[in-house]
Amino acid sequence: MLTIENVRMTFFPGTLNARVALDDVSLQLAPGDFVTVIGSNGAGKSTLLNVVAGTLRADSGTVRIDGRDVTRMSDHQRARYIGRVFQNPAAGTAPHMTIEENLAMALERGRRRGLRLGVTNAKRARFRQELTALEQGLETRLGDWVSLLSGGQRQALSLLMATFSEPKILLLDEHTAALDPQRAALVTRLTAEIVERFGLTTLMVTHNMDQALKLGNRLIMMHEGRIVLDLDAEAKSKMTAKGLLAEFEKVKGDALDDSLLQ
Amino acid sequence: MMIAVELGLIYAVMALGVYLTFRILDFADLTVDGSFTTGASIAAVGIVSGMPPALATSLALLGGMAAGLVTGLLHTRGRINGLLAGILTQIALYSVNLRIMGKANVPLLRESTLITPLKDADLVGTWASVGMFLAVAVVILALLVWFLHTDIGLAMRATGDNPDMIRSFGVNTDHQKLLGLALSNGLVALCGAIIAQYQGFADIGMGIGMIVAGLASVIIGQAVLGRSSVAIAATAVVLGSVLYRVVIYLALKAGLNPNDMKLISAVLVVLALVVPQWKGFARMGGFMRRRMTAMAETPLVEKEG
Repeated sequence: MLTIENVRMTFFPGTLNARVALDDVSLQLAPGDFVTVIGSNGAGKSTLLNVVAGTLRADSGTVRIDGRDVTRMSDHQRARYIGRVFQNPAAGTAPHMTIEENLAMALERGRRRGLRLGVTNAKRARFRQELTALEQGLETRLGDWVSLLSGGQRQALSLLMATFSEPKILLLDEHTAALDPQRAALVTRLTAEIVERFGLTTLMVTHNMDQALKLGNRLIMMHEGRIVLDLDAEAKSKMTAKGLLAEFEKVKGDALDDSLLQ
Repeated sequence: MMIAVELGLIYAVMALGVYLTFRILDFADLTVDGSFTTGASIAAVGIVSGMPPALATSLALLGGMAAGLVTGLLHTRGRINGLLAGILTQIALYSVNLRIMGKANVPLLRESTLITPLKDADLVGTWASVGMFLAVAVVILALLVWFLHTDIGLAMRATGDNPDMIRSFGVNTDHQKLLGLALSNGLVALCGAIIAQYQGFADIGMGIGMIVAGLASVIIGQAVLGRSSVAIAATAVVLGSVLYRVVIYLALKAGLNPNDMKLISAVLVVLALVVPQWKGFARMGGFMRRRMTAMAETPLVEKEG
């Protein structure tokens, strides 16, 4: 479903600050795969997501979605295939528009927008039904501005907006990191439910080891722009947070040895 | 007084254009001072050369849209800062407008215009003409509000509200800005065309300060009615335009020098923008907001004790 081949990306190339963010990364996701991505700051996780989404363009390598080469497409052109939830709960919604207007915009993902009314009664009925499943009480607040919602409610809404038009790929960029533990747990649960319900092929970046182990059927660890660990469903089910930390230390130690040898 | 209300309703068309860029796209578009005159010039020259007034007015609208498109292209394709892009187009339009008119002033005194029937029936400045101009303003207002609720309109509003979000749903925000700037300046030019016919001439300097008048209308109107929904916000703009002209009329009547009017307009806009940020005012605003939320959250039946 998603194929990333030999992607390289260097920030500030040719300067003293040059930093390799992605170093020949290749990754393949089968339809319905739910891959969690962990790694330290600067490991290239978010860059990888941005390269898939098209907000960043890789220096070399290709990105294919469902067999289609999207490497040269801009972010809004790829958006028809990709749903996205950001870390900042404010990023995924338009604050001064109503809940139903936000949902109506999301429903038109990738379609040619015309002069039909954005919110109709038929759509309202569907929105109410979808919102009820979130259990946030939003189904009675269709006409409220999104800026009135709490961070958790906004992120739940962002998640629904990113997914209910059933994109081919779902990208989650630390989407629970800015929430308090209770809300984070709720959004994590909703994520699992929604991905399962729509059978979405998902790539999720997280800092939370437990979450990375709990969600999804595959786990990859990144370090200095490379994928250093790739666990399939079976290996992942046996892995613990402690084990992951040990792997992490090992990778870091290796990297340190490398640099000492040079 | 009636004349002031009438003018306010005509200028409301321009103010709605300014609302579209300033509030919806979050883009302070200075093209307006130029495109207003462009509309007036095209209409005046068209009418003088024997065109039906309705056709000349329609051409003025298209001319304004083209001007907006130029600003939009400078900003999106040329990556020029929005304010600067508007100023560049505005200055360029000064020469273009002179070219269109061939001189600095085109009189329409003995020409047949859209306003001629009103003038012939001696209705200018009466309830009848106020009603007519009100009808025109309401039709344009309704069309704009409807547009802002269509799929394209929602995308345009989101472009001003959260561009990253709407891009992630497949909207090209550059296209939305181009469309918004074209529509906005089309309305501005349409207003210029009507004003030229109303006052009986087009003049190269008639657009100066139009953007400030437009902003004043938007800000004053929304200070009165608020902007809790697009329909209310847009209606507020029409109201603001009328209030602005009435205030100026009253100021002149009170003996203020007409030459000071631009200064007074500017001060009015500055006050409307700055005062709400002052501490005392903010506290009052906060109090009002708390009261509103309290009202919304209080159950219909108060708890006892």
